[in-house]
Amino acid sequence: MNLSNIKKEFPIFNNSSLVYLDSANSSQKPQSVINRINDFYSNEFSNVGRSVHALSIAATNNYENTRVSVQKYINAKSKDEIIFTKGATEAINLVANTFGQKYLKENDEILITELEHHSNYVPWHYLRQIKGIKVEFAEIDQHGSVSIENIEKKINSKTKIIAVTHVSNVTGAILPIKEISQLAHSKNIPVLVDGCQGAPHLKLDMQDFDCDFYAISCHKMYGPTGLGILYAKKKWLEELPPYQGGGGMIKEVKKNNITYADLPNKYEAGTMQTAQIVAFKESIKFIENLGIENVMNHEKKLMDYAVEVLRKNNSVKLIGNPKEKSAAISFTIEGIHPHDIATILDEDNVAIRAGHHCCQIFHETLGIPATARASLGIYNTKEDIDRLNSSINKCKKIFNLK
Amino acid sequence: MNTKELYQEIILEHGKNPRNLRKTENFNKDAKGHNPLCGDIVHIYLKLNEKKKLEDISFEGSGCAISMASASIMTDLVKGKEENEVKEIINDFLGMIKINPELKSKNLKDDEKTKLMCLSGVKQYPMRVKCATLSWHTLISAIDNKKEEINTEKFD
Repeated sequence: MNLSNIKKEFPIFNNSSLVYLDSANSSQKPQSVINRINDFYSNEFSNVGRSVHALSIAATNNYENTRVSVQKYINAKSKDEIIFTKGATEAINLVANTFGQKYLKENDEILITELEHHSNYVPWHYLRQIKGIKVEFAEIDQHGSVSIENIEKKINSKTKIIAVTHVSNVTGAILPIKEISQLAHSKNIPVLVDGCQGAPHLKLDMQDFDCDFYAISCHKMYGPTGLGILYAKKKWLEELPPYQGGGGMIKEVKKNNITYADLPNKYEAGTMQTAQIVAFKESIKFIENLGIENVMNHEKKLMDYAVEVLRKNNSVKLIGNPKEKSAAISFTIEGIHPHDIATILDEDNVAIRAGHHCCQIFHETLGIPATARASLGIYNTKEDIDRLNSSINKCKKIFNLK
Repeated sequence: MNTKELYQEIILEHGKNPRNLRKTENFNKDAKGHNPLCGDIVHIYLKLNEKKKLEDISFEGSGCAISMASASIMTDLVKGKEENEVKEIINDFLGMIKINPELKSKNLKDDEKTKLMCLSGVKQYPMRVKCATLSWHTLISAIDNKKEEINTEKFD
């Protein structure tokens, strides 16, 4: 496989002029992942971990093989540190709920940033209401990132957990996760990372990052929807209470006592997304075959090109200019609302996102109601960026801008 | 789909230079509307006289071309009409945007109907219908004196 004709691996681009620049929202799926879902349902389907028949055993093995693939891919110490969830949102809710239950009390503080996606704010907000904890926000800087200094400023003796995004889904800013972990751990504070925008684009090394929790969204990583991953250091998974109760997460159930399953099953209640989990192994394989370094290199070149092209375009204003930047770029055009931009681009089969991208705090801080966002995946090319730019020019023409 | 149908000259013109974009002095009714998905906001002010005739209507707000044009055209059309006529026009407009092929209201002249039909292009863009209907829902709220802000996520 090589990156220059990678579009061929994605059937959605077959015989289509589609320019898909909405991968930060959700990525397209390679044929191998689609085939795996089809094959599994067609020939191999069974629930996992319950029955002793051959189908069930094979399905269970496939299910666990994905766990090991993920463990290796993100360089976690143990496969027991990989928990399958409904999505990154559920992964963060799991931590907020169980950590909050066990360790937080009134007036304790949770430190997040102004860049956070709603999924790394709203779960903590619940604890405000239930437990009277406080949510503090580390401020964004003029580049649309959050510096380690701005995080340090907001840490005090009441800070009980720091929850930050790996990469901003609006500005593409990459936060220094390793340094944030070092800083937090020097003050005995655990760190949760919302890895939704980091995982598809950057090299992941949990032992190097040393964060306590890392949430992954599989559908943004060329994988199926309905699936996320929570990486958590084993000691946390052992100490924290279970999140949801049901089948599969128990050891023994008596009328007066229930004991819970060992890791990782303790956190996987009910019938899981078997087909999606089995197929996600193919997503990992797909990225591994390309090589994450190659992916990063390709996307960086493309993003530099996008920044250059859009900067030259009069009346396009880029939102933020972070030094360390991943695969998303947001912009506004004076005189055209982002939703009008997105609708007009759509007519040229250029798919972008417009709105607040689930980051109302960030947009409010900047005082803009909405932005337009182009985000990259491994299938994007320079031609895609050129098409984006010419569609923007068409927009300007319709709205009589120069 | 064709954006030319959506972004007709009249829409672009009203979007750029909205009529009645101001605040009515001595207004006696008002309501706010918000489309959280787009960030569109509108605040409508009414001045009804003792015969329930709409002496003045104005709005403040910001949003996409569709939402601004819709508010602009709406305020232009309903000004000077009686409250019950206005309500009938709103229902007719919302019906047209949702399902009806044309406007039926007897309270609208043919040229007024033609103007409003310029907004019918949004029917092909389900995500954009809320942009066109925000100000109309907000106007109902103002007439009915509802205190709660209109939120496009709360109706279909």
